[in-house]
Amino acid sequence: MKRGLILLFLILSLTAKAQVRIAGKIMDNRGKPVNGVSITLNGTYDGATTDSLGNFSFLTTEKGKIILQTSIIGYRPFEQELTIGSNPITVNITMKELVTELKAVVISAGSFVASDKNKGAVLTALDIVTTPSANGDVTSAFKTLPGTQQVGESEGLFVRGGSATESKIYMDGNLVNNFFYSSTPGIATRGRFNPFLFKGTIFSTGGYSALYGQALSSALILESKDLPEKTEADLAISVIGVGGGIQHLAKDKKSSWGISYNYTNLWLGFAINKQKQDFFQIPVYHQGDANFRIKTKTGGFIKYYGYISANKTGFKNNDIDSVILKNAFAIENLNTYQNINWRENVGMGWKLTTGISYSTNKDDITNELQDANNQKQIITNPSFYSFKNFTLNNRAQYAQIRFVAEKKLNGLNVIRFGSDYFYSKEKSTYTLYDGSQFTESVTDNLESVFAEADVFITNDLAAKVGGRVEHSQIVDKWNIAPRLSVAYKFADNSQASFAYGLFYQNPERKYLPTVASLDYSRAAHYILQYQKISSQRTFRLEAFYKKYSDLYKTATSLTGREVAFNNNGFGHATGLEFFFRDKKTFRNVDYWISYSYLDTKRDFLNYPQSITPSFAANHTAAFVIKKFVLPWKTGFNLSYNFATGRPYYHFAYDHVQSKYVIGDAGKTISYNSMSFSVNYLPNLGKKNPKAFAVWVLGINNVLGQNQVFNYNYNNSGSRKEAVTPPSKRFIFIGCFLSFGIDRTQDAINNNL
Amino acid sequence: MKKLILLVVVTLFVTGTFAQSDKYIASMKSNIMAIDTSYKNPADLLTLANKFERIATAEKNQWLAYYYAALCQVNYTYMESDKTKVDAIADKATELIDKADVLQPNNSEISCIKSMIASSHMMVNPMQRYMEYSTEINSFMEAAMQQDPTNPRPEYLKGQALKYTPEQFGGGCGTAKPVLESALDKFNKFKTASDIHPNWGKSRVELLISECK
Repeated sequence: MKRGLILLFLILSLTAKAQVRIAGKIMDNRGKPVNGVSITLNGTYDGATTDSLGNFSFLTTEKGKIILQTSIIGYRPFEQELTIGSNPITVNITMKELVTELKAVVISAGSFVASDKNKGAVLTALDIVTTPSANGDVTSAFKTLPGTQQVGESEGLFVRGGSATESKIYMDGNLVNNFFYSSTPGIATRGRFNPFLFKGTIFSTGGYSALYGQALSSALILESKDLPEKTEADLAISVIGVGGGIQHLAKDKKSSWGISYNYTNLWLGFAINKQKQDFFQIPVYHQGDANFRIKTKTGGFIKYYGYISANKTGFKNNDIDSVILKNAFAIENLNTYQNINWRENVGMGWKLTTGISYSTNKDDITNELQDANNQKQIITNPSFYSFKNFTLNNRAQYAQIRFVAEKKLNGLNVIRFGSDYFYSKEKSTYTLYDGSQFTESVTDNLESVFAEADVFITNDLAAKVGGRVEHSQIVDKWNIAPRLSVAYKFADNSQASFAYGLFYQNPERKYLPTVASLDYSRAAHYILQYQKISSQRTFRLEAFYKKYSDLYKTATSLTGREVAFNNNGFGHATGLEFFFRDKKTFRNVDYWISYSYLDTKRDFLNYPQSITPSFAANHTAAFVIKKFVLPWKTGFNLSYNFATGRPYYHFAYDHVQSKYVIGDAGKTISYNSMSFSVNYLPNLGKKNPKAFAVWVLGINNVLGQNQVFNYNYNNSGSRKEAVTPPSKRFIFIGCFLSFGIDRTQDAINNNL
Repeated sequence: MKKLILLVVVTLFVTGTFAQSDKYIASMKSNIMAIDTSYKNPADLLTLANKFERIATAEKNQWLAYYYAALCQVNYTYMESDKTKVDAIADKATELIDKADVLQPNNSEISCIKSMIASSHMMVNPMQRYMEYSTEINSFMEAAMQQDPTNPRPEYLKGQALKYTPEQFGGGCGTAKPVLESALDKFNKFKTASDIHPNWGKSRVELLISECK
């Protein structure tokens, strides 16, 4: 018995020492070996890591049934039960790749992402302020990207053969009307909002998401910041004015509030930079804003942003018809904007977003014909002179309610749907030289319902499928807009995308009201893109075809106004675009190059036939380069914008044919502009400075190159005058101070 | 007879547990030794990380196994040239160090790893991520110093970070050297709790100091 036991003990310990080899190969679902997989016999030290060929092999003393586990980042963990006897075991395993944001293809056809986080980002918020030609204006920075025109005589984004009204701007999902300061003839105005308000921007040059509508060409989607990093105060002093603000972050970092005020007076700026126009009212702007942001328990946010601005400007130009007389134009504007947005995670992968916005706009415009002594002149013969004296008072109110529900499914698959209600009431009173008044009012109720799904078939193949249904009171019809984009990632991490979509838009307010029965104008986009992004380089190539139908044609109403008349307009745009950004080749140097080729023709508004519109150049290019020189604590930025000449026309009314014909036409000289800016950060590297300063010197059109945007014609078409920038160069000098937080760190890190 | 059976059972049991503990110490020691040579080949570092993780999972309550698994993963991120992969590996390191943290709360060595993980995240894109991660890097470093003022590693990390920060930003050898020297002083006085407790970094500090002469 004793011996038996000892024998048994010996046998047991011997068998325990007998080792069995477990080996095999691990592949992914495409049959490629997976390197670095950890293989473990559950609950033991035994296991191995696969080599570059996916092979593994190890010895174990375990016996019987045991679970073999394999795991690696980016793949679904795998388990298999093994029965270990005395023979070697071979296990070949296929591991399934997880669809993760990091690896997955990005649905990017038609859009440029500017963000500090997003991996598809092309620009960051700081790129916007350090691009010299942009002058800190959000939309101007996008003019260094392909797809946009270098239009300098009016504001807005002219995208791929589309007019500025075909581009819409959204803040946190809600449409921003009057994003730009009110138009002034021949002078482009700036956007109202500070680029630092936004944490991310998506600039879509076509094929944009079903969540947005009413823009035939382009959507600029701005997402406001959540919480500021720290409490800070800042102060700005420059040749164009002074401003200051405070951002306060609560101690628990769950909420914040902020206020700011800016006073802009261009007296000094105009003294330094001589203006072509004779300003009798130097532009003066008062602008205040306030915000609060509250982080909710579920990680959601309640955000409020409110803005108010009052401004006025007035200037004189020589009257084009008479030469000796002058046209005096003056505008006073009051604009308010409020946006409250609530985003909440409600569990089970559902996220709800509700947004309400309300805005008002008031423009009071006066135009006077004056003689050399600035005395008002009323001339009624010839009759068109009488229309040079008028006042125009516009009052507008806009309200929007928007609701979006989003559900995360497995992997990155997402469905979202929602609804949008938009109310607008615009009233204008036009007073003629003789005191006769014409008041017109347009109200619209626009409802829309939309749905969209992100479908990730694998990490390499994804699609965004959506649709939008709209009903506008003005048109009183329903429209259905399907949207689709598909993206495929190649083995070298480059990717190809395709996008298609239908887009509808209402007639512009200024061609309403009308007695004609109208339909929506419509554009179909087809976009093909190839893109390769690495952390230091971005390359993309995009080709598109855009077909316009049912564009609005205008006619003269009985009261002499140009109104939308029918939907007989049409057009097309074809193009090829190139973008390359490189931060790698030259140390501390970041540069990008954009090129766009555009071929477009359209017949719309009062065009006599299908022609290339005056806002479209065939070739457009931009080059931006930035270098930060650490020992000098200074950043140098340079940009060069180029475009071939744009066509210009004079439409003359032919009384025999009773229609407009092309009276004269030509092409402007090509556009060239080099801008330069220097940022100097004197407090850089100082330990705990009380304030941080950034000095900025910027010069637009350094070389003083001649720029002609268009030509204005006199009434008969016998004389034309070039539309040129108000000043040859613009020199900007400013100092930005921040207290409590080192914002300069942003500037430096961006340039490192 | 009954006594004999009892003896055999007890012997088996005792040697069994001893064997288990010996096995743990022995495996840990050989793997810790392997860390020093693994820097030549990043793949070895990953293999080691996996080995430590297997030990940790099998043992369930040994914080050091999780600690070393996390250390290997975070060091692996520093050697990964494809920056797009770094975040996921750093997240893996976080998952491991969080488990160590549960077993051994308020530990200075664990705080060091957390600070190192934050720097891996930052290094993916220092231009954009500086603001977000620099506070995290520093707060874990300071926590590590408070939790054990004799631990040389937080000072070593601080000195190393300073050395690689440009002078214009308040870094460079001038500011780094005193910190590194203080770290070296602590390394010389440092006594590890056991053979398998953290005891790395001294040679690196010496190298950094020599580069600042």
